[in-house]
Amino acid sequence: MSALLDVEDLRVSFPSRSGPVEAVRGVSFTLGRERLGIVGESGSGKSQTGRAILGLTPPPGRTEARRLTFDGKDLRHASAAEWRAIRGKRISMVMQDPKFSLNPVMTVGRQLMEAAARGTAARDARAQALAMLEAVQIREPERVFRAYPHELSGGMGQRAMIAMMLITEPDLLIADEPTSALDVTVQIEVLRILDRLVRERGMGLIFISHDLRLVSSFCDRVLVMYAGKVVEELRASELTKARHPYTQGLFNCLPRIEGDRRPLPVLERDADWAR
Amino acid sequence: MTELADQEGRRGALPPLFGRILRLAVQLAVTLFGLLFVTFLIGRVVPIDPVLAAVGDRASASTYHKVYIELGLDKPIWEQFLIYADHVLHGDLGKSVLTGRPVLDDIASVFPATLELSTFAILIGTCIGVPAGVWAAVRQGKLVDQLVRVLGLVGYSAPIFWLGLLGLLFFYADLGWVGGPGRIGIAYQFDVTRITGLMLVDTALEGQWDAFWNAFSHIVLPGSLLGYYSMAYISRMTRSFMLAELGQEYIITARVKGVSEWRIVWGHALRNAAVPLVTVIALSYGYLLQGAVLTETIFAWPGIGMYLTNSLGSADMNAVLGATLVIGATFVMLNLLADLLYTLLDPRVRRGQ
Amino acid sequence: MMSGAFSREWLLTDAPASRGQARAGQAYRSWLALKSNRLAMVGLCIIAALVLMAIFADVLAPYDPITGHLNTERLLPPSWKHLLGTDDLGRDIWSRIVYGSRLTLMVVTLVAVIATPVGLLVGTISGYFGGFVDTVLMRITDIFLAFPQLVLALAFVSALGPGIENAIIAISITSWPPYARLARAETLTIRNADFIAATQLQGASSLRIIWGHVVPLCLSSVVIRVTLDMAGIILVAAGLGFLGLGAQPPQPEWGAMIAEGRQFIIDHWWVATMPGIAIFLVALGFNFLGDGLRDVLDPRAQK
Repeated sequence: MSALLDVEDLRVSFPSRSGPVEAVRGVSFTLGRERLGIVGESGSGKSQTGRAILGLTPPPGRTEARRLTFDGKDLRHASAAEWRAIRGKRISMVMQDPKFSLNPVMTVGRQLMEAAARGTAARDARAQALAMLEAVQIREPERVFRAYPHELSGGMGQRAMIAMMLITEPDLLIADEPTSALDVTVQIEVLRILDRLVRERGMGLIFISHDLRLVSSFCDRVLVMYAGKVVEELRASELTKARHPYTQGLFNCLPRIEGDRRPLPVLERDADWAR
Repeated sequence: MTELADQEGRRGALPPLFGRILRLAVQLAVTLFGLLFVTFLIGRVVPIDPVLAAVGDRASASTYHKVYIELGLDKPIWEQFLIYADHVLHGDLGKSVLTGRPVLDDIASVFPATLELSTFAILIGTCIGVPAGVWAAVRQGKLVDQLVRVLGLVGYSAPIFWLGLLGLLFFYADLGWVGGPGRIGIAYQFDVTRITGLMLVDTALEGQWDAFWNAFSHIVLPGSLLGYYSMAYISRMTRSFMLAELGQEYIITARVKGVSEWRIVWGHALRNAAVPLVTVIALSYGYLLQGAVLTETIFAWPGIGMYLTNSLGSADMNAVLGATLVIGATFVMLNLLADLLYTLLDPRVRRGQ
Repeated sequence: MMSGAFSREWLLTDAPASRGQARAGQAYRSWLALKSNRLAMVGLCIIAALVLMAIFADVLAPYDPITGHLNTERLLPPSWKHLLGTDDLGRDIWSRIVYGSRLTLMVVTLVAVIATPVGLLVGTISGYFGGFVDTVLMRITDIFLAFPQLVLALAFVSALGPGIENAIIAISITSWPPYARLARAETLTIRNADFIAATQLQGASSLRIIWGHVVPLCLSSVVIRVTLDMAGIILVAAGLGFLGLGAQPPQPEWGAMIAEGRQFIIDHWWVATMPGIAIFLVALGFNFLGDGLRDVLDPRAQK
């Protein structure tokens, strides 16, 4: 299996009054057509990693890497036109909250059609959009097509978002906390849809989350990030064998039904981990 | 705004749009009534004796008394206000001492001139200000941004009557590029048939192109000056709205989709920024009325601003208060219009939550 | 301890030892940010120059601003003897502009002193009590906001009679509504705070709470807003002066000076141009400074 994405020594930094602050500090991994989870607490750099892969580090941030190749193409010096050819068509991203990630003054349908490959005739794009809405198990695709984002529930909005991101059948999907903003009851449903589509279409997936258990049940491999670095990489099935104290801490934080949990464990931190 | 719609939606008694319009109408009525009250109060503080103003100082004591009663000055103040309100609501703003005609007729004849001038100005202000603001936001912190910012601040700082004088001196007296004071050259003045009262429109409708270009050469300087002022405001607001929109998540979504930068800026971000921008444009249209007062004086433009200042000069209180009231009411109407447009542009308000 | 006070390190420390130190540090950081803004510094210099000009007018002005030499020095163009020329009454324009700075400063200061407390009081009372009081006060505010400022000020001055005092009153009457709006919004955000509730439980009167707790918290943002409005106030005052409703001759008010020079504009351009430049520079100074202040104090606008 040749690598779809190859990242080596990825760094993202933001300038501040007291010199640049690095949000991502030397992350390396390779990805085939598999499902990779990236776990970490907020501020660990997991979202910035996802955005850097798409070249979407918000200015004035800067991205550097020793190697950043997607399907053989070097992304470090990609031009605006080259990026546009990759984004959406080859790599796409589902973001956290459909309340903010969908354009409020455009109908869902127009936003879907906009995502369809350029050069597609309007009627075909519309048909594709409706088919895609059906694929994410929306029962009344016509109605949702005409709706504005605020008229949809969170779960519906996120399904529309997934539909929008998969309409071009990309090779790689980055899902950045795709269910964190949703009600717990809806989360599983949305995840199941995402899981099925990714499996069916044989895409690579990078699943970014703070929820270790969710990630482990959903991915093949897990990267654990702390303070901008990968502190541990493991197979999802071998999570219990985690050696790094931070991973163990994350794992032990999860509530269990059986057994007394007193005193409640607190996540330990060690300045050494961030070195 | 969305909060309002939210509350109404939850109450659920009325469809949101209808409830909104009803609320706006009530607000409008209260504000207009308030305007009336303010002008009434101003009228009451005047040290000029309204009876003397009407009868002249040679009148006998009995005439004086008769007019005193006629004007209702013996009645309690709230009753006087009601009488005043009643008159105004029936279109009676009193008689102008200066022209001897009803103030409302006077205003009706001068208002189109102001309307033409401010429309010309707002078109310039919007057509330049919006793209300039968008450009500045896209290139934030770069040279263009600084340039737009400084041009805007200069516009905020120069007294318009002074710029007008210098403009006349330079472009009219020295270079002869534009027409001088007034709306149209004397040669054409009596040829133009009054249809809408807007010179440019009337001459174009009649096919009098000579007159049209002459009128254009007269409006271009005051119109551009006023336009510059609204441009300063509009570009600044556009910039800040655009910056806010460009930082939103849906912009990232659009980028992820591979949408071109041009479309992201003009199609996605500006479409969202347009919602509050409409209010800004309507507001600056209203502020042009204020700028017009000074500009019209400089350019001898026979609009409501010049009417107001002329009446001020001769202490013609009926005319002053009438003009103030009309300007205030226009301002309120523009605000209302902005609110309605806002509703049309924002699907979150239009279709309820 | 004192040796360390007010040093750079003391101000910029991440762990201030007292509230005073924290506040001083905050102010110092804002100042640093403002200092790096070139336009704001230009603005500050202009305003400083204006204040100095007003203080040392007697020294800076070579001639009397009120009486000139009618026979020999009418409408002279700028020269070494009269830097900015003379007007139709033979008065030195530079001297008039120098003395006029006092009028400008007076107008700005008095309007700020009158309009700020009114706006603050109306806004805090409205926000604190809410309900009926709020509705009534905000309606009144809206009505005042419904007139363009200059037009309403014109109407007021025409009723009160022309003159600089009446112009100041009219501008003040028309300036407070935005401050009231702002103060109300600020009050609404703190009205339900716990410390307000605690004070209420201690039995403090509403007046005491508003005056002692709400007003101080709203003060800074309102004062900033007033600073931002200074340029506008200067322009409205100049507009009133130009229309002959502000300062009366022979007072050297800049707007009125433009009006006096208007009739000679074609042949003697400097008479109307010079005071206009003065108004423009001062308004620009306030605008530059205000713009910089907004960048520093409004975190959303920061780059």
